Amino acid sequence: MNIFVIMKRTFDTEEKIVIENGKISEEGVEFIINPYDEYAIEEAIQLRDDHGGEVTVVSIGSEEVEKELRTALAMGADKAVLINNEELEDSDQYTTTALLAAYFGDKEYDIILGGNVSNDNSTGQIGPRLAEKIGIPYVTTITKLDIDGSTATIERDVEGDVEIVEAQLPLLVTAQQGLNEPRYPSLPGIMKAKKKPLEEIDYDELDVEDDEIEAKTETIERYLPPKKEAGKVLDGEVDDQVQELVKLLRQEAKVI
Amino acid sequence: MAKKVLVIAESRESELRNVSFEAIAAGKEIAAGGEVIAAIAGENVSALTDALVHYGADRVIKAENEKLSTYTSDGYGQVFLQIINSIKPDAILLPHTSMGKDIAPKLASKLDAGLISDATAIELDGEDIVFTRPIYSGKAFEKKKVKAGVTIATIRPNNISALEKDESRSGEVFSEDVEIKDLRTIVKEVVRKSTSGVDLSEAKVIIAGGRGVKSEDGFEPLQELADVLGAAVGASRGACDADYCDYSLQIGQTGKVVTPDLYIACGISGAIQHLAGMSNSKVIVAINKDPEANIFNVADYGIVGDLFEVVPLLTQEFKKVLQTN
Repeated sequence: MNIFVIMKRTFDTEEKIVIENGKISEEGVEFIINPYDEYAIEEAIQLRDDHGGEVTVVSIGSEEVEKELRTALAMGADKAVLINNEELEDSDQYTTTALLAAYFGDKEYDIILGGNVSNDNSTGQIGPRLAEKIGIPYVTTITKLDIDGSTATIERDVEGDVEIVEAQLPLLVTAQQGLNEPRYPSLPGIMKAKKKPLEEIDYDELDVEDDEIEAKTETIERYLPPKKEAGKVLDGEVDDQVQELVKLLRQEAKVI
Repeated sequence: MAKKVLVIAESRESELRNVSFEAIAAGKEIAAGGEVIAAIAGENVSALTDALVHYGADRVIKAENEKLSTYTSDGYGQVFLQIINSIKPDAILLPHTSMGKDIAPKLASKLDAGLISDATAIELDGEDIVFTRPIYSGKAFEKKKVKAGVTIATIRPNNISALEKDESRSGEVFSEDVEIKDLRTIVKEVVRKSTSGVDLSEAKVIIAGGRGVKSEDGFEPLQELADVLGAAVGASRGACDADYCDYSLQIGQTGKVVTPDLYIACGISGAIQHLAGMSNSKVIVAINKDPEANIFNVADYGIVGDLFEVVPLLTQEFKKVLQTN
């Protein structure tokens, strides 16, 4: 099977956000593989182990993404590809999709996996946009995946309910939490990863015109939410506290 | 200038979801005196069209077909593209729900359009439609617009107020003939797992449990309180990782981001990753044994105590006061 994973490098979930000159500051920030993409990588590795074939992890970004790509290789992926977009001024989900579609243009793939959302911009657009662009079906927020021949049987999370979906390969799926338990890279895995192929492609080497990658959206402003003041911790006997709380919620906060 | 706005409405178990009405209200604002057209697809949606008008739609387009009984991106995609191509709207709004998140990027890709996901507020700046949306799960916000062409956006439930229902409003209902073909994904079965009918993303009140609930059974008193308040039950990552509950309940930077009117955090310490998912709730109550717990820093009201003692008392007290009303 030709298995591909699209991956994004994101801030660690424990990071605080600092805005400098209208941009999100990356200074001193710890980066990770987007947590949802980790599920996609793990699933891809398991698929390869069950069905044979090869796992290629593809990411877009600066040279620094090499670190996360090496981590994916250390987990067990076979190849990594970095589409370098450092020279690209303006980029949004339309741009990213166009670059990925151009990359996949001459590739053969049975399945493409990704996270259902990234923990930074959280648009969840790339999976469905890409599938539509390259003309294959997609299933989002999956929690279980079985492949038999060219048929995939999938469980997907729909706001707490489970949908059982059947689809034919080639297919794109996006991972939801609960799909699997991503492995930690082992020491031998880390050693092996150093020798695995990591191809770097400059975005303008891809077969795509400038106007096809021009962002459709524009960010006007970024800001932090107003800091919340610590509230009222109630005192007295538990019974009194509970009565007081109910009264406050009804009369002061007026939410019940 | 007046704009033509298409609002894609959504129903769940034969009822319109409230976010459909919120999207109509948003559409009204964008239309600036122009026309707001609501579209609804399903196997049998005729009973739902009046409400869309009562909540502000000027016109409703319904698409009925047995192949639309459950949502599929291919089926609904064909229907909505057909409608979009025939009415040629300036803006398209969808709910930021499971359906909206799944279909909006497909439509945007097909239309080569910009899409702004998960908008929590809308303002007009001259001709520009400016959307506010959370980034980093609410740790920050951004204002964004689409530069050219049709503007597409998904609207987060519970943030933009629906208009007052006005049963005297009237509007035409059109039927769109649709032929659904080549469904590449087939929904074999839907297994209902949500314990109550209240969905986390749309819930006005959420009772959430953390590691402090100690076990799967520990969620029972939370569920009892939720039942009294018509609330949904959620959880922190700690509770999910410890297998006390399903991952579908998780609230946080990984998991769901929620903004209910009232969030009651029970036995949740308040890790940054959890706060990202809930700190924009209107009113937050924290119940925790540890007076130093970080959750008290974002709470409007706090009770330092054992949730197994406090929560049942709270349930009793709410039962008492809500009955006397």
